[in-house]
Amino acid sequence: MTSYLIRNAQILGGAPQDLLLADGVIKEIGTGLAADADIEIDATALIVLPGLVDLHTHLREPGREDAETVLTGTRAAAMGGFTAVHAMANTTPVADTAGVVEQVWRLGQEAGYCDVQPVGAVTVGLEGKKLAELGAMHESAANVRVFSDDGKCVDDAVLMRRALEYVKAFDGVVAQHAQEPRLTEGAQMNEGQVSGELGLGGWPAVAEESIIARDVLLAAHVGSRLHVCHVSTAGSVEIIRWAKAKGWDVTAEVTPHHLLLTDELVRSYDPVYKVNPPLRTAEDVQALRAALADGTIDAVATDHAPHPAEDKDCEWAVAAMGMVGLETALSVVQQTMVDTGLLNWEGVADRMSHRPARIGRLTGHGRPISVGEPANLVLFDPAYRGAVNPDSFATRSRNTPYKGLDLPGRVHATFLRGRATVLAGEPAEQDGTV
Amino acid sequence: MKRHLVSAADLSRDDALLILDTAEELAQLSGRAVKKLPTLRGRTVVNLFFEDSTRTKTSFEVAEKRLSADVINFSAKGSSVSKGESLKDTALTLQAMGADAVVIRHHASGAPARLAQSDWLHGSVINAGDGTHEHPTQALLDAFTMRRHLNPGAGHDLAGRRVTIVGDVLHSRVARSNVHLLTTLGAQVTFVAPPTLLPIGIQNWPCEISYDLDSVLPKTDALMMLRVQRERMNAAFFPTEREYSRRYGMNGLRMAQLPEQAIVMHPGPMVRGMEITAEVADSPRCTAVEQVANGVSVRMAVLYLLLGGAVFTDGPADPARTDSVETAQ
Repeated sequence: MTSYLIRNAQILGGAPQDLLLADGVIKEIGTGLAADADIEIDATALIVLPGLVDLHTHLREPGREDAETVLTGTRAAAMGGFTAVHAMANTTPVADTAGVVEQVWRLGQEAGYCDVQPVGAVTVGLEGKKLAELGAMHESAANVRVFSDDGKCVDDAVLMRRALEYVKAFDGVVAQHAQEPRLTEGAQMNEGQVSGELGLGGWPAVAEESIIARDVLLAAHVGSRLHVCHVSTAGSVEIIRWAKAKGWDVTAEVTPHHLLLTDELVRSYDPVYKVNPPLRTAEDVQALRAALADGTIDAVATDHAPHPAEDKDCEWAVAAMGMVGLETALSVVQQTMVDTGLLNWEGVADRMSHRPARIGRLTGHGRPISVGEPANLVLFDPAYRGAVNPDSFATRSRNTPYKGLDLPGRVHATFLRGRATVLAGEPAEQDGTV
Repeated sequence: MKRHLVSAADLSRDDALLILDTAEELAQLSGRAVKKLPTLRGRTVVNLFFEDSTRTKTSFEVAEKRLSADVINFSAKGSSVSKGESLKDTALTLQAMGADAVVIRHHASGAPARLAQSDWLHGSVINAGDGTHEHPTQALLDAFTMRRHLNPGAGHDLAGRRVTIVGDVLHSRVARSNVHLLTTLGAQVTFVAPPTLLPIGIQNWPCEISYDLDSVLPKTDALMMLRVQRERMNAAFFPTEREYSRRYGMNGLRMAQLPEQAIVMHPGPMVRGMEITAEVADSPRCTAVEQVANGVSVRMAVLYLLLGGAVFTDGPADPARTDSVETAQ
């Protein structure tokens, strides 16, 4: 196995040190290491973070290989500094059986760019009517612990209650896409000043908040663990803060795009800004940043949602919802959280690695950066400045809202259990070299 | 003036007055035996209608023909669009055929804006109504009609005139275009509707809001009734047709509350018995039919100005033809 000596890297932004990676683990940490390694990397001015963990990724395979495959999606994840992603269940067929989750898990193993942890559907076919075989998915080779009908809300209160209760048997968690369906019929964008002027169907904040309020109460009632996907409003933050203050086992994630972009962008009618939940207001953005900073929101999750060009190159109403985000997530977090002084790099490691790994019960990820730990690491250059160029993306799709935008920072290298998946900003070969 | 007419907000006061004054001149044509000018001879205008529309489409077509343009009607029904062709491919096709201007009616809010911003076609885009967004030529013909009654004369605006717009503002592209244009022209706009039919955030629009029609009537110079679709009550926007009519419908008794000179307008199609009674619709104060005639004049003015009569502030119009095929060397 290739060994790596990383020179002068700043662990979590600290003083420069050397790291020796060999045999899949961090072998040594210190200054002026004399060790002999196959590849030496000058990491001066680079920051070392634990490999990032995404709780919310759409890899599209099986079914929509024109948008993304497990291979292209995980390569994009590695380019973004991720060593583990949770693959959402809304594929075709839906990941609602042991067979499908095992297939996705196996494709991830074969691709080798990052660990793929399949998410199982809560209900059969995401239809919200009948529980899927949650236990079978858990017992499969994919060892599913996160269950979600993401894309759709488990809006039936009884079904949601049962799901929350049932997965307790194997320490599972239900990740809810909070969207009251009746309040969002025909919804096209955030309901507010801009939707009124543009004449686009509104997606009101209350449609998210009312479901979250119900779900935290349900989780408390049955003593279960609840995870809230892509929180997008200031009101949702207040409810989650209240639930946590009660001591209830509720966690939440926010997407990079909800930390940076607002619904004012929709005035262009450019569907690249169409996403679900929709871009909200500047007040919501500020509340989400504050909540991520104080830990009310536990994690940044990308909701990476690739779509082929024709699904965005059209009028707003018929365009698909979603944005790619794996390769820009860390840069957006640097811009919105680090450069603003809201989080230091330790905080970034916590929200993008430690906590999401803990929520997903991924024991091999989100570990401390110390000797003997699995070498799941990112080398990140925070001084880099450059315009986002979608043509350079590893993802198969190009639906990024950041095209041409100057974002700070870029991933220099990513290591998965001691093997480079990205080196010098390029995807690495299976043997860990470029 | 901008190269496209997508939103009434694109028009400055000078732009709007130029269109209205030009329309007044062109209106004189309709009194002649030969109602045709050679102005747009050799120019191609495409009417691209993705949504059924009889009056707007006919109005544009009459306007185009009176200016001698070559008119192509492209309806979504029975065309490649109904077979799944995208807006982009339709636009590229029209571009290849050499459209100098495209008049578009679309059920999706923002479709004309997408066409105007894209490089799919180079001619002027004229919004003939998009979803629940805007319908700028309707606002222009409404302003034209109001000016004739309330402040006639070239160069005149609507300063201080009180316009009350009643009905389904939430779903109305006419209301959105009107609030922009009427405000630009100095009028004071009041929307009257049940709260369910007003969009969120309307309190920040440049207008007044009232839930009580009767209290607003005496302070109205022009009253515009918007169509209210019966299906809305199935989505609980209001309880019944009768209750809507009682609270927000225009009838003879309410007409008597209007000031003497006030006019009653309707963009059509009217739902008689719902938002307006026959007594009001057929009264001499109702300008619905006059609005249709004015629509032709206003659309002629817009076409004339966008196809060569006006100076654009956002760059010259690209020649609406495909580039000549480069010969291989």
